[in-house]
Formats: sequence, C-alpha cells, structure tokens
Amino acid sequence: MTQSAQKNPAQSEAVEHGHADKIGPDPNYNFAYLDEQTKRMIRRAILKAVAIPGYQVPFASREMPMPYGWGTGGVQVTASILGPDDVLKVIDQGADDTTNAVSIRQFFVRTAAVETTEHTEEASIIQTRHRIPEKPLSEDQILVYQVPIPEPLRFLEPRESETRKMHALGEYGLMHVKLYEDIATHGHIATTYAYPVKVNSHYIMDPSPTPKFDNPKMHRMPALQLFGAGREKRIYAIPPHTAVYSLDFEDHPFEIQQWEQSCELCGAENTFLDEVVTDDRGGRMFVCSDSDHCNRKREAAE
Amino acid sequence: MTQTDRTRAHMSQAGTPASELPLLRVTELAKSYGGLPACRDVSFDLWPGEILAVVGESGSGKTTLLKCISALLSCDTGQIEYLMRDGVMRDIHALSEAERRFLMRTDWGFVHQNPREGLRMRVSAGANIAERMIAVGARNYGKIRGAAENWMDRVELDSARLDHQPNTFSGGMQQRLQIARNLVTHPRLVFMDEPTGGLDVSVQARLLDLLRSLVTKLQLSAVLVTHDLAVARLLSHRIMVMQGGEVVETGLTDQVLDDPQHPYSQMLVSSILPV
Ligand SMILES: Nc1ncnc2c1ncn2[C@@H]1O[C@H](COP(=O)(O)OP(=O)(O)O)[C@@H](O)[C@H]1O
Ligand SMILES: [Mg+2]
Ligand SMILES: [Zn+2]
Repeated sequence: MTQSAQKNPAQSEAVEHGHADKIGPDPNYNFAYLDEQTKRMIRRAILKAVAIPGYQVPFASREMPMPYGWGTGGVQVTASILGPDDVLKVIDQGADDTTNAVSIRQFFVRTAAVETTEHTEEASIIQTRHRIPEKPLSEDQILVYQVPIPEPLRFLEPRESETRKMHALGEYGLMHVKLYEDIATHGHIATTYAYPVKVNSHYIMDPSPTPKFDNPKMHRMPALQLFGAGREKRIYAIPPHTAVYSLDFEDHPFEIQQWEQSCELCGAENTFLDEVVTDDRGGRMFVCSDSDHCNRKREAAE
Repeated sequence: MTQTDRTRAHMSQAGTPASELPLLRVTELAKSYGGLPACRDVSFDLWPGEILAVVGESGSGKTTLLKCISALLSCDTGQIEYLMRDGVMRDIHALSEAERRFLMRTDWGFVHQNPREGLRMRVSAGANIAERMIAVGARNYGKIRGAAENWMDRVELDSARLDHQPNTFSGGMQQRLQIARNLVTHPRLVFMDEPTGGLDVSVQARLLDLLRSLVTKLQLSAVLVTHDLAVARLLSHRIMVMQGGEVVETGLTDQVLDDPQHPYSQMLVSSILPV
C-alpha cells in the first residue's frame, strides 16, 4: 500500500464541486472505491431488490472508510451504480452542506472524479439521508437512501426467523398493532418518521428515517428508489411508478405533517420546514429543510 | 396409507354430513425428543362443543401432545385432522404454512401455562386483544377499541386498564387477558395448557368459574391440559389419562373420576381427591 492509499478518502481535501474530471480519480483507488467484484455482487442484490419491490435483500456489506452511522449502506449502493458520466447530489436532512453530505460528496469526487451538483434536477444520482427533495424527480434519476434500520417489524417481533416468515406470508397485522398503540397513547398516529408503507400491495417497508411528509412522494415516483443499510446488510428498492401505500386506519387516515406558517426565507407554503435557532437569545424561525429548493426559490424572486 | 386410500378416505368424508364428523381427529400420534419418546400412539376424536381434559403427572407428555395437535410442534408420525369451516376434514400438516398460521390465529386459540408466552409484553392490554381482530382484517380503530373494551369486561378485567401494559397485571389478570386475546375472534377450538397453574387457590377458583361460563356461552370445543383433577372435573366432559407418554384410560369425566379402571388412574384419583 502506498502512502496516499492509507489516507482516508472521506477526509481528504478533494475538490468540493465541479471540475474533478479534469483532475481524474485518485489512482490509488478503484473507481468509486469498491473493487469490481464487490460492485457486481451489490448490483446483483440491487437487481433482485428491484425485481421484488420492498423485499429486503441480504448482501455482503463491506467495511467503508467511514463509520456506520454515516450511511455506508447508501454509499455502497451509490458506488455500485455510479458511472463516470453521472452527476451526484448528496443531501442530509435536505441540506447539501452538512458535514455528512460534504464528506460523502468528497469521497466520490476523490475516488470517482464525478461531477457533483446541488441542483436537484441536474443530478442523475441523489444520495439522501432523511429527505426526498421537494422538486419531483424524473425517470432519468435514481434516489439512494441511507437506511439505519431496515426491518419495520423489529419493534414488536425481535426474532429474525419470525419476521422473515411474516414477510413471506404477508402477515402484517403487527404493523397495525403498532399504529393502534400509537393512537391509544397519543390520540392520533404519532409516528412521524419511518412511517411504514406497503409497496406494490405486498411487502411492508420502512422508509426510515424520512419524515412521513415525504411518503406520498414515494408513491408512483418516476425515479428508481434504492435503499442501503450497511450495518444490517440489506438492500431494498422501489422500482419507478410503483404503488406505495402508507398504512392507516379507516377512522385515522394517513396524514402528512402541516405547518401553520410558511418558510420564512422563501415563503414556500407546501414544503417540509425545520425550526432553526437564529441567535443565542432564543430566536427561532421556520425554514425549508430542502436548502436547494429554498435557495432557488429566493433566487427566482430576486 | 397409499395415495388412492387417502383420496378414497377424503371422498367418503366429503359425503358425510359435518355433524357426524369430529372437530379434531388425532390418529397414532408420536413425538420423541432426541430418540426419547415423549408421547406415543395417541389417538382420539374431539367432538364439536366438547371439552376434553388431558390429565397425568408432570412429565407424562401432556404439553408435548397439546403442542403437536395445535401445530406448534411437528410430530414424528401420526395424523391430525381438523374439520374446516367448509365441512371438510383436512390433515393440518398437509396445509400450507400460510393456511395453518391463518387457522391458528382465527379458528383456534392457545392459552399458554405461562401468560408471558401467550402475550405481547411490550404493548398495552388493548393492543394484545386488538392483534387478532387486525389479523383478520379489522381496520377501524374505534370499533377495534370498542371490542377490546368489551372483552376486558367479559373476562372481568377493569376496562379502565385497557391502555396498561400486561406487566403491570397480576398473574391471574394476565391469564384473563390471554383468554380475551384468544377468544376475541371467536375461535371454534381452544387449546389450554394448565390455564390455572401457578395461581393462588382463590384466584384459580375465580378463573375456573370464568372459563366455565365462557366455554358454555361460546359453545367452545377445547383440549385442556391439567395435572389438577379438580379442574378437569369442573370443566371437562371427557378425560384422557396419560402416563409416560401413553394414554392409559379414556372416558366420561365423572366415570373416570368416580370409578377409575386403570391402576395409574386409580392412584391419581386417590392421591388427589380427599377420602
Ligand atoms: N423440548 C424438549 N426437549 C427434550 N425433552 C423434552 C422437551 N419438552 C419436553 N421434554 C420431555 O418430554 C417428556 C414430556 O414432557 P411434557 O410434554 O412437558 O410433559 P407434561 O406437560 O406432561 O409435564 C418429559 O420427559 C420432558 O422432559
Ligand atoms: Mg406441561
Ligand atoms: Zn424556503
């Protein structure tokens, strides 16, 4: 191993945006870090996942040069589907500029020299944690989710042998038991993140950890949606235009989060808002969590 | 049995009115653990509306038998046939796993000796009762909750505790909850393993009264495992005495308890009932 190969590519000072192709990928790594055999193995898992929408396909997750909480599952999926001509966008909680998003983007700039962008519509691959962009995605795009806990039944049934059987037989009563418990405790379905969905009328899937606000966007989305869980070694998928139904009760129908106010930066009224602290005297404001969407709306208004 | 024999057997059954068929037919069932037989050559019929008590001392194979006939355990040899709602006897081991599991949570109930085995300890009493309703397709929260409350009443639990976790309940209350959770979907057949075991005598008596009124009101059929002949006397129509994994005597409850024929039954009866 050479001196530079020992450095952590996620922490290196690679070019942040744009013109990495002029420099080329770091020759000490295979393209996008993973070796070709590993990528083929992951692609086979992805193909299987696409063929069985919502089904969790086990795969041999690799150690990545970043901690598990940083989305190693999503990174491995992205690494396996990435080509030199792809344009990559990475978001974390809707923002392109968090430490996590920046370091994953740097990782791929360094190891694959791909072009990156913050503009949703320019990206061919978007890797995300926590959000689906506000701007509708197209058939030319792939959305890669970083997933910490893929098993939606784990909460009530810790035995893996049993959850596998429940998936195989479509025995999903337990999910509604959980929603029942939610209503009994809070008076309404209090699950706001990782809200369970039924994919293609069969498998129940955890879209973790996106907010339920984004669930309707998954329904019949034109873009391919891929989910990677590194620590739990699972990949699952929603093929383009697939039906995705959020579980509910007749008398407690599924609802998305709503806010009294609009975004205080761009005025948007139908976006997912984050409450941010503005000063050390307790000042707060509500702003779009999708920073690209918010910036562009403000630019357009100027 | 050859394939033709089996087909013929089914055809003849199909021609038999359901009222003349047993609800459950067990034929030459055997189960061993690592070569050691736990029950052998067990055959019996259970008729609709009948309560059959399986009695015998600890280790005689009662729980093993109950788990085999309720499909919780696979047996080594033998046949277990059940009269499905469509009036056809089906070998439960020949059902698909999906069919078998559906049967287990709709048409059957299982009351475990240890309520922790039969309850979900991490969700409320109401959610425990709700589970089977949801499993058969109930999707209206208000109706589910109403039915759960009603069943709390029916098993004499305070419905104000509907949202409490089962681990805040006493042993007797947990057992009542387990019963409610099983009966809410109106099963036709209930398997009970020492339902009053491990409870104080006064608590046992109340639970027995409750069970007796429920099985009568709901016209349940049941296989009841107990080592307590007083429980068998109170609840069952027929008794099957097991010793060392084998059935040594079967008969009407009063007959077996008042006039046991087999020496082992005589010993059991004389050691339990006060002279
Ligand atoms: N899981 C098991 N593995 C091995 N032996 C078992 C197991 N369960 C029960 N046995 C044995 O099988 C026999 C019958 O046990 P069991 O069916 O529990 O009887 P009972 O319910 O009448 O007390 C006993 O000798 C017991 O030790
Ligand atoms: Mg026992
Ligand atoms: Zn905004």
